[in-house]
Amino acid sequence: MDEESKELMLLTVTAQPDKGGETRIVEGNRHVSVNLDINGRQYQASVDIRTSLLDTLREHLGLVGSKKGCDHGQCGACTVHIDGEPVLSCLSLAVEVVGRVTTIEGLAYGHVLHPMQQAFIDHDAFQCGYCTSGQIMSAVSCVHQGKAENVDELKDFMSGNLCRCAAYPNIVAAIKAAALKMGA
Amino acid sequence: MDAEGQFLAGGTTMVDLMKLYVMRPHLLVDIKSLKGLDQIEATEDGGLRLGALVTMNQAARDQRLHDGYRMVVRSLAQAASQQVRNMARLGGNVLQRTRCSYFRDPSFEECNKRTPGSGCAALNGVNEKHAVLGTSRACIATYAGDFAQSLIALDAKVSTNGPFNGRAFAELHRHGETPNIETRLAPGELITSFLLPPVAEWTRRSVYVKIRDRDSYAFALASAAVGLAVDNGKVAEVRIALGGLATIPWRAHQAEAVLRGQTLSEESAKAAAEAEFSAAERRAQSSYRISLGKATIVRALLQAQSMEI
Repeated sequence: MDEESKELMLLTVTAQPDKGGETRIVEGNRHVSVNLDINGRQYQASVDIRTSLLDTLREHLGLVGSKKGCDHGQCGACTVHIDGEPVLSCLSLAVEVVGRVTTIEGLAYGHVLHPMQQAFIDHDAFQCGYCTSGQIMSAVSCVHQGKAENVDELKDFMSGNLCRCAAYPNIVAAIKAAALKMGA
Repeated sequence: MDAEGQFLAGGTTMVDLMKLYVMRPHLLVDIKSLKGLDQIEATEDGGLRLGALVTMNQAARDQRLHDGYRMVVRSLAQAASQQVRNMARLGGNVLQRTRCSYFRDPSFEECNKRTPGSGCAALNGVNEKHAVLGTSRACIATYAGDFAQSLIALDAKVSTNGPFNGRAFAELHRHGETPNIETRLAPGELITSFLLPPVAEWTRRSVYVKIRDRDSYAFALASAAVGLAVDNGKVAEVRIALGGLATIPWRAHQAEAVLRGQTLSEESAKAAAEAEFSAAERRAQSSYRISLGKATIVRALLQAQSMEI
């Protein structure tokens, strides 16, 4: 096999496997064009097929609010929403993303911060701030899913977001306060 | 599929291992959009069919699973983080690769699972979290998942698009002298769903106890899925599966045999646990997990006994 044919290829399958349906090769070249719906806006980028959603956001689209901590799905700093559910953008390939992406840049209402963003400021829920955007993206879902009323459930829900400064008590306080304002 | 081609769904194992140069596929087949595999449906015999593309969180929130198969919900809810559970699908979850540090780091040349015939660096390395059950000289890497233990305890069946279709989940994983081959799926064969048996007292009276370094978002040091039915004070049905302790999802047949027809008490639970670990492999760093495993079986059995259903 020559080097050219050893490059990564991606197939997207849309039919039922036992119905002998079609398979569709959507990408076969090293650089491919991806279309993404992010914060209600359409974006297009030309990326290496192996590029994560996180690197696409940060390196290609200028959306640097999502942070790269471990790059292996262990720290949660890269958390974004896809169709309202928190996911790890470092373990998603940009070419296979399906759905509406929301990043930290899409949370505020114009110049008015989201109640969770404001609560993190009010409760001093960070020190270095590197994990904060991921913390906030998870925290918003924590409230939406009704896990902010019980502290044990809140902590369990937030355990996928690590804070090396250990601002955890203030993060818990911020989420509880924001939950009241979000009316969940 | 073979090493050249791999299926991609949630990506939480595959993309991670590609970044580590452990998996180096030349072809990824993105199956996320396959129709009909993302549902949980009742079957005619009163069981449930879990589609392979159902996310872990989707299953963990399912009321039918909560009411009829509590161990399934508990094994899923205690696995990974909520972000990972939103991404990872049930089919990929049972096939997740080991967390053995030597497997995950190609700078170690010895790993029979990664490079067949190269040896096992864990045998004389840091192996405090490695397996004590189902080990071989070729590999002592621990199976890391949680959900698989509830499937093996429930005697679930597997549907695929190939020759494994209809066979027992208990036969899916294999271990031995060729640890690079982890399942009995044929190349290119895709899991399409898991079939759970009809709801019964022992599926409802079921628990998943997970012991770990911290309370959330950690792999099991020891775990036990238990289903239990008691009739006239005697154990009428008992299912025990162990996680975090073995190279594959581990059905504790020996412990079950000790308990069937007997009165369940702390003493009989301890005797059952002793039987299961009688052939466990004792290593200096990991032998504490033999004690931990026994205690986990006892705790899970007693929790199931006192559970209100």
